[in-house]
Amino acid sequence: MSPRATLATTRRVLGQLRHDPRTIALLLVVPCVLISLLAWVYDGTPVFDRIGAPLLGVFPFVVMFLVTSVATLRERTSGTLERLLTMPIAKLDFLLGYALAFGILAVLQAALASSLSLFVLGLDVAGPAWLLVLVALLDALLGMALGLLVSAFAATEFQAVQFLPAIVLPQFLLCGLLVPRDDLPGFLHGISSVLPLSYAVDAMSTVTSSSTVGAGVVGDLVVVAGCIVLALTLGAATLRRRTP
Amino acid sequence: MVKNSESGGAAVVARELRVDRGGRRVLHDVSFTVPSGTVSGLLGPSGCGKSTLMRSVVGVQIVAGGSLEVLGSPAGSADLRSRVSYVTQAPSVYADLTVLENLRYFAALLGAPRGDVERVVAEVGLESHAALLTGSLSGGQGARVSLAAALLGTPELLVLDEPTVGLDPVLRRDLWALFHQLAERGRTLLVSSHVMDEAQRCQRLLLMRDGRILADDTPSGLLARTGTDDVEAAFLSMVDAQSSVTGNEVSA
Ligand SMILES: Nc1ncnc2c1ncn2[C@@H]1O[C@H](COP(=O)(O)OP(=O)(O)O)[C@@H](O)[C@H]1O
Ligand SMILES: [Mg+2]
Repeated sequence: MSPRATLATTRRVLGQLRHDPRTIALLLVVPCVLISLLAWVYDGTPVFDRIGAPLLGVFPFVVMFLVTSVATLRERTSGTLERLLTMPIAKLDFLLGYALAFGILAVLQAALASSLSLFVLGLDVAGPAWLLVLVALLDALLGMALGLLVSAFAATEFQAVQFLPAIVLPQFLLCGLLVPRDDLPGFLHGISSVLPLSYAVDAMSTVTSSSTVGAGVVGDLVVVAGCIVLALTLGAATLRRRTP
Repeated sequence: MVKNSESGGAAVVARELRVDRGGRRVLHDVSFTVPSGTVSGLLGPSGCGKSTLMRSVVGVQIVAGGSLEVLGSPAGSADLRSRVSYVTQAPSVYADLTVLENLRYFAALLGAPRGDVERVVAEVGLESHAALLTGSLSGGQGARVSLAAALLGTPELLVLDEPTVGLDPVLRRDLWALFHQLAERGRTLLVSSHVMDEAQRCQRLLLMRDGRILADDTPSGLLARTGTDDVEAAFLSMVDAQSSVTGNEVSA
C-alpha cells in the first residue's frame, strides 16, 4: 500500500469526472430536485419531516452504487484494470483511490442536499447537521462498495445498470422508509435486519428525532461501516491479477 | 527444434509452458528464451497465441503448467511490477482523460521523474496532441498513448503486443528505431506482430503457429536454415517441414 498510488488514483478519477461536467451536475442537482419535489408533494403534512432525512441518506447510496458499478466495469472491460494490475499499485490503493474520489463527491452532494432541506425547505431535524452529512457520506461509501462488488458479476454496462433494481430496490422497500421495520411481517423483518441500508435509514431516523448522538446512532453507523469494509474486501477479492 | 540460449543472458526463460483458455489448449508446452538487451520479435498469424504468451510473461495469464522465469523471478512476482512494462493489443488507457493526464497517472504509480511524461510523449510523436482527450484520437494515436505509458520509468523488459499495427510507415520506422535504441541501453524488448515483414527489424525471432513455437532463431539464421529469402517463405517452409515430420494434415 502506498499513499502516493492512492492519491494518484483519486486525482485520476476526479480528473475523469472533471471532463464529464454533465455527470457532476446530475450527481449534485438531481438529489436537490428530488428532495424539493418531495417537500412540495407532502407540503403541509408531517411526512416530509419523517422521511426527508432518511431519503438524504438513500440518494447518495443509489447514485454512488450506479456510478461506481459502471466506472469499475469500464476499467475491467477497457483493459486499464489489467494494465494497472501489472503495475506497482496495490489493490487496496485502487479501491481507496476510488473511495476517496467518490467520497469527496458524496460529501459535496450531501452538504448541498442537506443545506437545501434544512435552510430552504424547512426540514425539522433534532440532531446536528454534521451528523446528517456524516451518515450520508457513509451511505455513499456503502453504495460505492456494493457497486464495486457487483461490477465483478456484470459483463456489460446493461447488466451493471440492471443490478440497481436487483440490489438496491429490495433494500429500499425493506429499509423502514415505506413501512416502519417493526410493522413488517416477521420474515421480512428478519431479512430487513441483514440489509445494510436498513441501518443507514435507522441512523437517519434517529438523527431526525433525537438531539443527542446516542448509542443507537453509533451502533447503526458501526454496522454500516462494517458492511462497507466487508463489501470492499469482497470487491478486492474480485480484482484478480491473473485471469483465464 | 527449439534452440535454448544459455540462460545467463536471458530475460525470459520458458520451459514447457502450457496454457488453456476457454477449455482449449492455446499454448502447447512451449519452450523459448528471450536474450537480454535484444529486440525479439514474436511473429505468427492472428490467433496463434501471441497475446496469450505475452500475458503469461507479464503474469496476468493463468498458466496450466511449465515454468516461466522473467528477469530471474517467476513471472508475475511483485518485484517485477516496476521492472516489466506491458502494452496490451487493444489500447488500455483512459479515453476520458487527456494524453498528458493519462501519462501523469501512470508516471505517478511508477514513481517516474517529472520530465518523463514529456519525454515519452516526444518518443511516440504525440507532442501536438498531448492536451487532447485520448478518446478523441484516432486508433493509431490511441495505441501510441498506450505505448508511451509503457516507456515511462526504466523498465528492464518491455512486452509490446502489436504496437506498430495500423501505423503510418514513417512512424513505424521511427518506433522500431526507438526500440533498438532502448535495446542498446540494455533493455529487452519482446514485440509481437502478425505482419511477417516486421521480422527483418528484430534481432531474434520467435515464430509461432497454432500455439507452438516453430523457430527460435536470428532472422539470418532462420533464412539460412530454411534456404529462403524472406520470413514469410521461411514460415511456410517450417510449416511444411513440420507437417511432413508429424504426418499430420495442415489444418486451416
Ligand atoms: N479470453 C479468452 N477466452 C478464451 N479463449 C481465448 C481468449 N482469448 C483468446 N482466446 C483464444 O486463444 C487463442 C490464442 O489467442 P491470442 O493469444 O489472442 O492469439 P494472437 O494474439 O496470436 O492473435 C485463440 O484461439 C483465441 O480464440
Ligand atoms: Mg493478439
